[in-house]
Amino acid sequence: MIYREAGQFKSTYAADQAVFPIRQDRIIAGLGLVAAVVALPLAANEYWLQAVLIPFLIYALAALGLNLLTGYAGQVSLGTGGFMAVGAYSAFKLSSAFPELSIIVVFLLAGLVTALVGLVFGIPSLRIKGFYLAVATLAAQFFLVWLFNKVAWFTDYASSGTITAPPRTVLGVMVTGPEATAPVRYLTALAMVALFAVIAKNLVRGRVGRSWMAIRDRDIAAEIIGVRPLRTKLLAFAVSSFFIGVAGAEYVFLYLGSAETLAFDINVSFLVLFMVIIGGLGSILGSFLGAAFIVMVPIFLTNVPHLLGMAMPVALQKQIELMVFGGLIILFLILEPHGLARLWQIGKEKLRLWPFPY
Amino acid sequence: MRVDPSAGLTPMLEVKEISVRFGAVQALEHVSLTIHRGEVVAIIGPNGAGKTTLLNVISGFYHPTEGRILFEGRDRTHLRPYDVAALGVARTFQNVALFKGMSVLDNIMTGRLLKMHGNVLLDALYWGPAKKQELEHRAFVERIIDFLEIEAIRKSPAGRLPYGLQKRVELARALAAEPKLLLLDEPMAGMNVEEKEDMCRFILGVNDEFGTTIALIEHDMSVVMDISDRVVALDYGRKIADGRPDQVRADQGVIDAYLGVAHA
Amino acid sequence: MLDLLYAVMVGPVKDMLGAPSFLAEVVIGGLAAGLMYSLVALGFVLIYKASGVFNFAQGVMVLFAALTLVGLMERGAPLVPALALTMLVMGALAFAIERVVLRPLVNQEQIILFMATIGLNFFLEGFGELVWGSNVKKLDVGIPDSSFMVWGIQINRLEMTAALTAAVLVAVMAVFFQRTRIGRALRAVADDHEAALSIGIPLNTIWIVVWSVAGLVAIVAGIMWGAKSGVQFSLSLIALKALPVLILGGFTSVPGAIVGGLIIGVGEKLAEVYWGPLVGGAIENWFAYVLALAFLLVRPQGLFGEKIIERV
Repeated sequence: MIYREAGQFKSTYAADQAVFPIRQDRIIAGLGLVAAVVALPLAANEYWLQAVLIPFLIYALAALGLNLLTGYAGQVSLGTGGFMAVGAYSAFKLSSAFPELSIIVVFLLAGLVTALVGLVFGIPSLRIKGFYLAVATLAAQFFLVWLFNKVAWFTDYASSGTITAPPRTVLGVMVTGPEATAPVRYLTALAMVALFAVIAKNLVRGRVGRSWMAIRDRDIAAEIIGVRPLRTKLLAFAVSSFFIGVAGAEYVFLYLGSAETLAFDINVSFLVLFMVIIGGLGSILGSFLGAAFIVMVPIFLTNVPHLLGMAMPVALQKQIELMVFGGLIILFLILEPHGLARLWQIGKEKLRLWPFPY
Repeated sequence: MRVDPSAGLTPMLEVKEISVRFGAVQALEHVSLTIHRGEVVAIIGPNGAGKTTLLNVISGFYHPTEGRILFEGRDRTHLRPYDVAALGVARTFQNVALFKGMSVLDNIMTGRLLKMHGNVLLDALYWGPAKKQELEHRAFVERIIDFLEIEAIRKSPAGRLPYGLQKRVELARALAAEPKLLLLDEPMAGMNVEEKEDMCRFILGVNDEFGTTIALIEHDMSVVMDISDRVVALDYGRKIADGRPDQVRADQGVIDAYLGVAHA
Repeated sequence: MLDLLYAVMVGPVKDMLGAPSFLAEVVIGGLAAGLMYSLVALGFVLIYKASGVFNFAQGVMVLFAALTLVGLMERGAPLVPALALTMLVMGALAFAIERVVLRPLVNQEQIILFMATIGLNFFLEGFGELVWGSNVKKLDVGIPDSSFMVWGIQINRLEMTAALTAAVLVAVMAVFFQRTRIGRALRAVADDHEAALSIGIPLNTIWIVVWSVAGLVAIVAGIMWGAKSGVQFSLSLIALKALPVLILGGFTSVPGAIVGGLIIGVGEKLAEVYWGPLVGGAIENWFAYVLALAFLLVRPQGLFGEKIIERV
């Protein structure tokens, strides 16, 4: 009964179209934001920040990007790893060539570069649909990874073949590099993903989002209504790649510290796709839920046996992880193709009636 | 049923000797027809006569192998569907083509897409001109929702509506584009008597109030008699009659076509 | 600039023509590799033809088949009973897949089914490792991995056997699909599940049959690959390689899978050997996909596939 929206009438269309039309939602969102910004960095220890929260925020950004392309615009992509690599390597080259440039600007520029690359690989999408497009994106994935491997220019001719995040500060605080503390990196990642989430939400609730969903649901009818398919799809590729590129840059600069192309291989593409599917295709919230879920599963599998006093060998853990991922994908596709986001919605609807059964 | 008194002006649509062929199948053969501003024209014929194909050609989805299409006097034969839509042609589909993943409101708002001018960056901020435009379009769409009496379902996912309501939403989406020419493919299929009466009311209302030219494919003869100014009959891809409803109804060729009398 | 053009266009061709017996060996090597791709692609085509599902897990099924066979043989079973038992296992697997994954997803869009098979792929990978362990195993089927000379060209016995087996399998498949009643039923099912159901085709049985046949193909492919390079987990990545093969050949065509596989196999080898040195090698990683991409732009239905006409 607490969650009832009775009595909250909207008298303007603006109020009706707000992101959080129900007052209770606004309160929850507000509290959540406060907790994330203030409470967590204080309460969480190094391990949680480094191993769980930071990668969660970065993967959430990547999942957000992929969701825009696959969930909203209906263009399946298996090239996420490759595009993250583009973001990471461009950020590396930009920051080594222009050390005075603010790292945030570097991230955004890296995103732009990735958007351009995404545009190029999106061009075939007009003639190729659905699952054939997925195969075409594999070409992007393998080619890009190979490119970064082979062409030494990308790593500034490092003999180890890895790229390393240089130390950079924002407003005097060390944000990247070995000196940067986990809370600082966490807040940076949080700020970025929050900003991008707002942008994504604004895009999908307006003209752009509708044209994407029209193409996704019935592209022929959409064309007859006046949607221009190539333009719409290319925009989706560009925006999605922008998000994913920034996520890739953050992946190295805020999380790993240094990386080689192995960090961006086809498994990453699958992982992010799983996040989007499990979290919910076509849902902003879903991207976060999916990322959280996928990040938590290995953590869960590492820690729970310890808690129960059993020892789990690493290899077994990996195997169970694979089985759990695979099994859950199938389960979600069968039971709730709209993922955790839909389960969340259903939960909220039940909450409206609670404590009454119906 | 208001036919423009200045009918001497350029007709809204002229279809001249259109032929469409799919492999070995001749779907349309030398079909010609003219539709004047403000008319309501019904296209009738047995199944497989080529009626939907005709609409698809006019929409730009198929390109004719022969013939020309003139819209307001200018040749528009080889346009892409989105360009045809930009000219002011809107349509509904035989097998309701709503966007199942979106709400009714969003579906109708997609009808406004051609009228929305956007800047992606401003959209991303949902601020200033972008927000203002969005709300203006919302207001317009709400007027259509009022007109078609579908207020109660505006937030429902389109895929979950009963068939009759889906067809009404599709009509709303077509109207949202403020079309000059409205093409309706069996708008009353599968409806009961009440729903059909409502639909007739809406279609006539659109023609009366907004002066929209309407071409509709329809099987129900009483509806055809009631609301159309003119009737065109097709059979096996050819036009077999074109005239006032009472004339066409009495035409022997049309009667034969429907009764299935074999002819060469 | 002219140097670059020379290096890319003329140089490799000169190399090719300058040493023709080497070229022949590369081509034959490519054909043999291609045939292996074709074998795997065949499994895909079968399942796609019959259930309209692109079974991403085909690669892992190949692996699973090989693992089971090796596992049994390691525990002392002789070849023939091990083979029989493996077939049973694959049949059971097919049954389980149909029940658990396919039936609930009947008539969903292609892409949903595809993603489900990706999930299946991961699941079986984990499961296979769990059951059989993760180290590389040697598979000995009694065919020596040695070569003999014909007209100055080296030919490998194992590859030849693989080629012949594949050829026989293909011929059998072709006949099966075109001539038999079950073949026709399979084609109906591939076209439209619900329509097929409505005319009384026993969908579940058909699917089990098809997936079992695909399992059989997987076993053969698994044996061939495994005997050549040991049974290891990279085998499941073959699934990815089969995708370009299918695009070239068309998803529903058995001869297409063969021709596509051969083209990809030869193309890859030639590209790697003659153009590879120009760019530092490892072109094989992406050549197949880029070739497929080019094909998709020009002829999306592949060489032998059916053209799709859209209806409104």
